[in-house]
Amino acid sequence: MKQILARPEFCVDCRLCQVHCQVEHSRSKDMVKAFKREATRPVARLRVEREGAESFAVSCRHCAEPVCVYSCLTGAMRKDPITGVVSVDSQKCAGCWTCLMVCPYSAVAQDKNQHRVVKCDLCPQLKTPACVANCPNKALILLEDKQS
Amino acid sequence: MKTYLPTQFVVERRADRCIQCQVCVRQCSFDANYYDAEDDEVRSRDEKCVGCHRCVTFCPTGALTVRKNPLEYRPNCNWTAETIEDIYKQAESGGMLLTGMGNDKSYPIYWDHLLLNASQVTNPSIDPLREPMELRTYLGRKPDRVEIDPETLSLKTKLTPQVAIEVPVLFSAMSYGAVSLNVHESLARAATEAGTLFNTGEGGLHKKLYKYGNNTIVQVASGRFGVHAEYLNAGRIVEIKIGQGAKPGIGGHLPGEKVSPEVAATRMIPAGTDALSPAPHHDIYSIEDLSQLIYALKEATNYTKPISVKIAAVHNAAAIASGIVRAGADIVAIDGLRGSTGAAPKVIRDNVGIPIELALASVDQRLRQEGIRNQASIIAAGGIRSSADVIKAIALGADAVYIGTAALIALGCHVCQQCHTGKCAWGICTNDAVLSKRINPEIGAERLVNLLRGWSLEIKDMLGGMGVNALESLRGNRLALRGVGLTDTELDILGVRMAGS
Repeated sequence: MKQILARPEFCVDCRLCQVHCQVEHSRSKDMVKAFKREATRPVARLRVEREGAESFAVSCRHCAEPVCVYSCLTGAMRKDPITGVVSVDSQKCAGCWTCLMVCPYSAVAQDKNQHRVVKCDLCPQLKTPACVANCPNKALILLEDKQS
Repeated sequence: MKTYLPTQFVVERRADRCIQCQVCVRQCSFDANYYDAEDDEVRSRDEKCVGCHRCVTFCPTGALTVRKNPLEYRPNCNWTAETIEDIYKQAESGGMLLTGMGNDKSYPIYWDHLLLNASQVTNPSIDPLREPMELRTYLGRKPDRVEIDPETLSLKTKLTPQVAIEVPVLFSAMSYGAVSLNVHESLARAATEAGTLFNTGEGGLHKKLYKYGNNTIVQVASGRFGVHAEYLNAGRIVEIKIGQGAKPGIGGHLPGEKVSPEVAATRMIPAGTDALSPAPHHDIYSIEDLSQLIYALKEATNYTKPISVKIAAVHNAAAIASGIVRAGADIVAIDGLRGSTGAAPKVIRDNVGIPIELALASVDQRLRQEGIRNQASIIAAGGIRSSADVIKAIALGADAVYIGTAALIALGCHVCQQCHTGKCAWGICTNDAVLSKRINPEIGAERLVNLLRGWSLEIKDMLGGMGVNALESLRGNRLALRGVGLTDTELDILGVRMAGS
């Protein structure tokens, strides 16, 4: 399965990963349009945390034991048994924020406009997730485990 | 005190493209961009911009550009903007003006007045895509004559240590402390991959990089920072630094703020203290003294490593080089007027020394006249910008060249001359924990290797065009060069004929 590895030693806190994540999850997928014209600005699925000199992008780990899936009240969260990707069905999400509170990485984001959660989907349409592809310093890299 | 200095650059932001993502705000280490939360708008403080283009390069929508502030003084050939503003700066600070990078004045660049030859009709050129081209260079003292045992056909002459490099371009001395460990690692990894050498500079070698020792020149400078037996033996060549092209005659000054615990451990000094290298080596006041240090280092390394002596190109460079060779050096490195630095007094950087082209030609000529050219390799440094400069330097008599600024530009340097501030937005000339992360040695090494590969291909193409298949055939062959726009005296010193003759 695919996993995004954050390397804090090379993170320059530019937050281009967030910007590109937002664009990839926008309606138009055009950076200027997504930010300036779309009615609701897309929410980034990952977030750069910074404390002093240390910074890195936090995104969903797609855990083997996904507590968000276990705790989801509506069955919106599910882990794909083949790809291992943990995803959320926005139709089913009730916006109860339980997953948000149980996630040990705070990797689930709130979309307050839609009143539902959004999270990293590893950009299924792209070969490499937008955040990894656009990190200027290889602080995010894609790990692919061929076994599963 | 109110500053009279005008704004140097104007940051232009296209409102129709700016998405207020604040990437520019977070990337500017000079605080020139800021976010006004109240108005949800990113704005710039033009007066703080140094023109490093970090924000321009990182802006994801291409909303930014930086222009020179069009402000004009009344035209005056004598009192230029730079002269006036230098006076303002000193009137406000009362200190010496410090700067970074190399001499930026309009002294002649002789490389641009030298042209290469090519084969036509009477002597065939060689296609490097079809035939092997040899760039390998051996650095070190060559024997006066070679004896071969007629029976075994093996070499009877005992050779002194020789260091093979696959491309005649080495990375100049840039100390850990001035540049970050990530820069050192980028250089070390690139040198290892490309089969050349990087120079530690005067700040020692971090333990993490000892594994690249076979591709390392370890430097011994007047401050003796980080010099110990293990360090000397870790490198492939030991270099005694007498002078530096950017600041001939003066020592280095690494401010205490840049001396982090790691830098301190490597330099063997207390953390946070200024690392001052004296102007002279206090044990070298003559060629005989220099000889003592050369042989002390040869003893310390058991005669397994060539010893290089690096000097700044000054008026008597030729005579000094002769003395250096006679003192026992295996390599003479000459650093010209345009050599760079992490920090130097501006007045020295811009006014002291001579151009490398003239120094190189005169040193090579002098050593040949004295019949000792074979006793040392010559490395030319200071202002080598391209493969054309490299090949012209080789034709003028260099065995190899050092590149410093060119290597840093490959890493991202935009030559904004703020090295001395320690705030390098590209994370190169700084040891700030946040900024130095901006160089990822994986990317850095790849960019440097690419540069060397590109230059090698170009050098091979130029060599092939001249009808030679080895760099050795061009070395010191000034007939491969012709001068344009030079006086008879300049041509005479360069040992080059006028184009058309």
